[in-house]
Amino acid sequence: MVPESYYVALSAILFSMGVLGVLIRRDPLVIFMSIELMLNAANLALVAFGQRHGTAEGQALVFFVMCVAAAEVAVGLAIIVAIFRQRRRLSVDELSTLRG
Amino acid sequence: MSFVTFFVLAALAIGSAAGLLLRRNPIHGALFLAVNLGTIAALFLTLRAEFLAAVQVIVYAGAIAVLFVFAIMVLIPGKEETGPDPLRGQRLLSIPVVAVFLALVAIVMGSATLAGGARPPVPGGADALGRVLFTDYLFPFEVTSVLLLAAIVGVMALTKRKA
Repeated sequence: MVPESYYVALSAILFSMGVLGVLIRRDPLVIFMSIELMLNAANLALVAFGQRHGTAEGQALVFFVMCVAAAEVAVGLAIIVAIFRQRRRLSVDELSTLRG
Repeated sequence: MSFVTFFVLAALAIGSAAGLLLRRNPIHGALFLAVNLGTIAALFLTLRAEFLAAVQVIVYAGAIAVLFVFAIMVLIPGKEETGPDPLRGQRLLSIPVVAVFLALVAIVMGSATLAGGARPPVPGGADALGRVLFTDYLFPFEVTSVLLLAAIVGVMALTKRKA
């Protein structure tokens, strides 16, 4: 049986890669995919901790994270489509209308 | 045997995440993301969370990845990442920042010890998860349905509006 700490280490690496994706990419779609990467890394750590403690509650929490992720993707992609309809461009650096 | 499985899956997960970060074409990124979600599902299987592995494939690989591909088809992006980068300094700075973040996580994990001995893992079938969801977590479970309804209504309001 692989120790749970290996899973948590893998989860930390995947989460960091998601953070890096959010920071270095300019396409909002890729930024969204990186956010999904981070949510999945957190899910992996939750399942590993839940199995370590011998309860199903970690898995229940993962279930809720999945629901929130699904809702977040649907609303986020709708916002991106709405922005694209208005501006015909999709670079996050150009969406600086609110900058003071 | 289980170690070999874990390391193969971990290499696949990290490699597909790197592909998502490095490829310029977002459709390649979406396919790499689907591979990554699949390997996470396989890792759930190795942790004996069978029901979550099935849900992961259905919800993430089946719904979310397809939604991303649809959005890419509708938007036809691809020109965003070419041309001069207005924030080049900040982007280069982000790499050492993430490295420091990962080092901090490693230090915290290295110093922490999980209390108590390892307990036998729970069976990850639908019965164990369902028992928890419909007893202790019944209220959050019902709130989830409100969240999904709000998401549906919000998406319809956002996309049906005249631009």
